[in-house]
Amino acid sequence: MSDPLDLTIAEARDALRAKKISAVELTDAYIKAVEAARPLNCYITETAEQARARAEASDKRIADGKAGAMEGIPLGIKDLFCTEGVLTTAGSHILDGFKPPYESTVTRNLFDAGAVMLGKLNLDEFAMGSANLTSHYGPVKNPWKRRDDDKDLVPGGSSGGSAAAVAARACLAATGTDTGGSIRQPAAFTGITGLKPTYGRCSRWGIVAFASSLDQAGPMTRTVRDAAIMLGAMAGFDPKDSTSVDRPVPDYEAALTGDIKGLKVGVPKEYRVDGMPASIDRLWQQGIDWLKQQGAEIVDVSLPHTKYALPAYYIVAPAEASSNLARYDGVRYGLRVEGESLNELYENTRGEGFGEEVKRRVLIGTYVLSAGYYDAYYLKAQKVRSRIAEDFRKAYEQVDVLLTPATPSAAFGIDEEPSDPVQMYLNDVFTVPANLAGLPGISVPAGMDDQGLPLGLQILGRAFDEETVLRAAHALESAAGFTGRPQFRAG
Amino acid sequence: MSDYRLKGETGEWEVVIGLEVHAQVSSKAKLFSGAATAFGADPNAQVSLVDAAMPGMLPVINGECVRQAVRTGLALNAAINKQSVFARKNYFYADLPQGYQISQYDQPVVGEGEVEVDLPDGTTKVVGIERLHLEQDAGKSMHDQHPKKSFIDLNRSGVALMEIVSKPDMGSPEEAAAYVSTLRSILRYIGSCDGNMAEGSMRADVNVSVRKPGEALGTRAELKNINSVRFVRQAVEIEALRQIAVIEGGGTVDQETRLFDPSKGETRSMRNKEEAHDYRYFPDPDLLPLEFDDAFVEECRGTLPELPAEKKKRFMESYGLGAYDAAVLVADWEIANYFEEVAKHGDPKQAANWVTVELFGRLNKADKTILESPVSAASLGELLGLMADDTISGKIAKDVFDEMFETGKGAKEIVEAKGLKQITDSGEIEAIVDKVVADNPDQVEKYRGGKTGLIGWFVGQVMKASQGKANPKMVNDLLQKKLDG
Repeated sequence: MSDPLDLTIAEARDALRAKKISAVELTDAYIKAVEAARPLNCYITETAEQARARAEASDKRIADGKAGAMEGIPLGIKDLFCTEGVLTTAGSHILDGFKPPYESTVTRNLFDAGAVMLGKLNLDEFAMGSANLTSHYGPVKNPWKRRDDDKDLVPGGSSGGSAAAVAARACLAATGTDTGGSIRQPAAFTGITGLKPTYGRCSRWGIVAFASSLDQAGPMTRTVRDAAIMLGAMAGFDPKDSTSVDRPVPDYEAALTGDIKGLKVGVPKEYRVDGMPASIDRLWQQGIDWLKQQGAEIVDVSLPHTKYALPAYYIVAPAEASSNLARYDGVRYGLRVEGESLNELYENTRGEGFGEEVKRRVLIGTYVLSAGYYDAYYLKAQKVRSRIAEDFRKAYEQVDVLLTPATPSAAFGIDEEPSDPVQMYLNDVFTVPANLAGLPGISVPAGMDDQGLPLGLQILGRAFDEETVLRAAHALESAAGFTGRPQFRAG
Repeated sequence: MSDYRLKGETGEWEVVIGLEVHAQVSSKAKLFSGAATAFGADPNAQVSLVDAAMPGMLPVINGECVRQAVRTGLALNAAINKQSVFARKNYFYADLPQGYQISQYDQPVVGEGEVEVDLPDGTTKVVGIERLHLEQDAGKSMHDQHPKKSFIDLNRSGVALMEIVSKPDMGSPEEAAAYVSTLRSILRYIGSCDGNMAEGSMRADVNVSVRKPGEALGTRAELKNINSVRFVRQAVEIEALRQIAVIEGGGTVDQETRLFDPSKGETRSMRNKEEAHDYRYFPDPDLLPLEFDDAFVEECRGTLPELPAEKKKRFMESYGLGAYDAAVLVADWEIANYFEEVAKHGDPKQAANWVTVELFGRLNKADKTILESPVSAASLGELLGLMADDTISGKIAKDVFDEMFETGKGAKEIVEAKGLKQITDSGEIEAIVDKVVADNPDQVEKYRGGKTGLIGWFVGQVMKASQGKANPKMVNDLLQKKLDG
């Protein structure tokens, strides 16, 4: 058989059930790949032993005919998901040594479906970043390089470790979380598929919170089909998360019919931004043509409040974060830097424990919630949020999905970090609106830029209509036939 | 407004009082977690992952707490808000694991209402309710367990509290104390809070300001965490006098939080102003707005018992009790139930008298509550029955009651065992009367000479001779006949 690292989830599932490969063989191949991928710094914690034990259990269940939907599939888990007994860092110094005595609902669901965890993946500290440059555990390198130079590139963020690991074959698929684009943007930067489900589709219980009203877990995979399979295993109502929604989880894989005839695809004019590289513009047009050729109807639509999305996001997300991160105080778990008084304990612990970007956002969030500023910032941002949701609602009266670029640029160099943080925030310009409106979106690798770097196209859909989103993405994927491979390959 | 006035050097002052009462909801589990809430557990024995604010933990509302808040709102004749919002109140403290308290801010579950408060003089006063909201309690910091460290007990962290905010409608220490008593009584009637102030299930923050009669409201100070009705009364007076002294001394009252120290009889400033908090309230994104429908409200209403004010009215109307007695009897529903049971066996007024005077007197002396009474309501009723059918006299009854209280024995049992049954045989009584008349010719002479008041003395002699058992009315009648005849 071919290299096991090249199998998709769907292929591995079939090969495992046909006993062409055992879960232990597959996992062992990936354990080697995880080691080989260390130069990328995508794992914070490797859990080879537990992985092998789980793979053995998977082989037993396969033998007993009790294989789950993700049986024996080796995954990387973003280190924002609490994993029982396994170090969970959120990419932050402040969670030093924290081993949760509980398992997040999403990872629990995946393990119940038979998935194998290879380790915990690097990320921007508390998922705050778009380049995986803010992790206490150092930057993750993108396995891709430009055609013309050897510079190390960022994998995007915050799920940078996840994206790099999936692209470099250091795991078959990975979990990500997406607050403003943290699944879709790194997926686009690394040539993989990243799906942010509807807010409420996957439980947030046990995921270290960044911005509660925006955070959503989703799959990062090599194909759209894999995203469908994995989402089916992750999703579901959780009574422990009041914002999770009680509705059945459909068979997402069955939605991939390959038929998009008559599908109405909206193209929002506001996503054509100044200074966007021509290659992205071209790819977008290409995507429109691909879908049209398969029988979709293209409709020009307007989402007039799009330009306010990013500023609103950078008020709401830091506001929630400033409160969510108050619990990291050195009193109960993680880092404690002693002081002479309680206030000193807080100052010392949080001063040392949080990095620059986290501090910046906590300060912004504290400011916008302060007396006298709340109405002008937070309340105004929430109003913008309603307008943005309304824009989408109106658009979806005309169309079934929207097609946009996933990012305004391809991956950039680790040493090309913009000095102005606002420049960095612009990375999320196409992804943030879906978070503000709670809608599902997927980034699909669709082409290359002039330097040979992958670019993604984004499909956005109606709330809880992941099926149509996946169906459209699948059609896009088939037409694009993206076969690019990163320069760095584990194992 | 109350006519209570305090005298200062510059004349009379009015006091204006509003209260925020924190009442722990009687629920087995906390407001947003499944951890237990029982009092007296070992430190940190009742702490869930949510209460300890572990990473990734999320609050889930406890429906029972919502039900109790709505029932309480209904009992306070208050507007029920079918949609309300939980908000985060952000501040750092070691016993506040999340770094914020989940509370309700601009959209509480219960809006305006009013309570009729019974005052000690038998009159009533209506006190407005501003709002009632649900919120989490914090944990407890202990600073006296170690020379350098503070210990934290998170058992209370996340326990559901109802904060009941009154309007500034009270004008005297008595009114403030009576309001707390009435509120406590209502909460205990409906079972939404056990009202145990000593265990901290109910505590009050008291806002006090003073002004010259007719003038605008003065600046208020907030006295935190007062945990008895008596302390409410004391704290108000002490704080009002302090404020008067400050103003009359040329100073101004600071709007601040103060601590009442009952042992020193003073209030002290609690925080310095540099630490003034900006709580940065915002809607908790982990929780959806709290919504319920009319059917839920009606279901809650259906579970409400007769409330103290209604009961008092009924006691006055159907038992003919006075306002004071009725108020005393309804203050505790256990006492009200006790009284009604006793009243089944005899005259209601007599029953009220026996409960409030004889029973309460003995309970107080023995430092017992009504629930610990050695004499059951049925048993006291039996005693009243013995008086009603002339088996024993009122005087004997008190002795019997003493013994009942002492031994827990029944009234009939004691009366029979001791032979205390009243003598109602006219022949028997007549014999004693005849003997007393015959033995005291001088007194008889004086009586017949016009000193008719001596009849009392004769009755006493007969009663004494019968060891108190003779029916007093028969004794009286017979004596009159013999002496006048």
